[in-house]
Amino acid sequence: MVKELRLPLVGGRVEAGFPSPADDFIERSIDLNEQMVTNPIATFFVRASGRSMQGAGIHDGDLLVVDRSVHPKHGSVVIAIIDGGLTVKRLRKRDAQALLVPEPNEVDQGAYGSIEVGPDTDAIIWGVVTWSVHNLQCTH
Amino acid sequence: MYALADCNNFYASCERVFEPNLEGKPVIVLSNNDGCVIARSEESKKLGFKVGDPIFKLKDCVRKHNVIVRSSNFALYGDMSRRVMQTIRLFSPDVEVYSIDEAFIQLDGLHGRNYEEEMRRMRATILRWTGIPVSIGIGKTKTLAKLANHYAKKNIETGGVAKIGEHPDEMLKTVEVGDIWGIGRQWSKKLRNMGVQTAFDLCQLAPDNIRQSFNIVAMKTAMELHGQKHFAFEQSPEQRKTLLRSRSFANPVTSWQELSEAIASHVTSAAEKLRNESLVSKVLRIFFHTSLFSHTDPHHSAHATVEFTSSTNVTHTIIKEALRLAEPLYKKGFKYKRAGIYLLELSSGSAQKCLFETQEEQVRDKQMMTVLDAINTSMGKGTLHFASTGFTKVMSMRQLQKSPQYTTHWDELPTCLCCLQ
Repeated sequence: MVKELRLPLVGGRVEAGFPSPADDFIERSIDLNEQMVTNPIATFFVRASGRSMQGAGIHDGDLLVVDRSVHPKHGSVVIAIIDGGLTVKRLRKRDAQALLVPEPNEVDQGAYGSIEVGPDTDAIIWGVVTWSVHNLQCTH
Repeated sequence: MYALADCNNFYASCERVFEPNLEGKPVIVLSNNDGCVIARSEESKKLGFKVGDPIFKLKDCVRKHNVIVRSSNFALYGDMSRRVMQTIRLFSPDVEVYSIDEAFIQLDGLHGRNYEEEMRRMRATILRWTGIPVSIGIGKTKTLAKLANHYAKKNIETGGVAKIGEHPDEMLKTVEVGDIWGIGRQWSKKLRNMGVQTAFDLCQLAPDNIRQSFNIVAMKTAMELHGQKHFAFEQSPEQRKTLLRSRSFANPVTSWQELSEAIASHVTSAAEKLRNESLVSKVLRIFFHTSLFSHTDPHHSAHATVEFTSSTNVTHTIIKEALRLAEPLYKKGFKYKRAGIYLLELSSGSAQKCLFETQEEQVRDKQMMTVLDAINTSMGKGTLHFASTGFTKVMSMRQLQKSPQYTTHWDELPTCLCCLQ
């Protein structure tokens, strides 16, 4: 599923003829997957589309890391199945009730409504968003 | 004790994970090139769709019932299968992957634990992690595990997990002979004529009688139903013995150019597969024919077989042989609908030494294939290919309704909406 991205942990510039003393300390590479994908079997990548979660740091076009094995809790950002499609929301739990809440930035406040769901969220929650990857080189 | 875990309507379930709105709707998945039905959801089974039905005969029914049609998406199914199998391996190290959507599990390793409870936990985990629903049957033998699985599928109240335990008769009575693992259509017809309707009835026959009327495999099947192990647990799947590559053309092919390109493409893909599995082939068979359904166009069907002087998996060696076989058989004026190749008598290991080839040639071929595979792996299938496979797109599959390769292509990830409601 995931192509490995290997970066050297320590790397010294090599002067002609003289190896860097730091080279002795190169042990292994680090891999972004180690940080972002804890359970590869249950991890899927999903592309975000729209502005309703900008307040949570999710922008249009961002890459989301979704782990289906993580238990959704109060406050989790989740992918929920709404009207047969995949949607990103913040999960808020209140007693036996659960709310799926959008989190737009100030400009869009009020444009999006919350959705009330029953206590059994298993069928409606597709997975928990664990990371959002935002590309800073281009604006969406 | 064995368990058999079998994904429910696997291909349709894979489609539904990423398109939840397909839930509850009839879905069918088509073969390569959108030829015929290869998988159905529960709803389309009820509508009477059968595996193997050619799609052009079903157009009216599809429209009438708003059936969702998908081209096969093996990149997706393969990846989802891998996830399911890996989850299963977390529960037991002894797993025999039986097919893309089925696995036998050795339960004896799970000392002292309640097998049924453990399998329910596994089922829930697979569903949660991958979105794929599975049914699980538990029994003393593989045949009984299969049978319990069948029971679990048919009876919703089992919650997808059924165990055939100390008192198996009741469950055996509910399963028809034709649904027993290893009992084919011919045998079940013969058995029904003998008055044997269910698995329970089969258990009442004397093993020697079954052996006389059928064969030793049928007898072993019956004894497995009694709880005696006769089919061993194979840790690794059986080695492939043959490899087939064939496809119908989106549009009929009439020229030698197009036909030869198709054959060369099939060889390329098959040889790649051989090298991937470290296999070599001794025998090549090629075939091509006109439409089997057409009443107006003249028919022509051709095939030929050749044995290599030494087993091989070198693409250009096989292409050369394939085209040498095919060229004299090709006839002008026919509309060819399908072409294909078989590689037979596969064996593992490197190619045998050949008397007529120098060592340098062999080394050169091997290096060339290594480079070819490396480039095509890193830059995409078909980046580097033999000119004989052509540059036209005759061979590109007709897959009009394929879903995205959600889990294996960056450009095709599922999209989630951050918008109103």
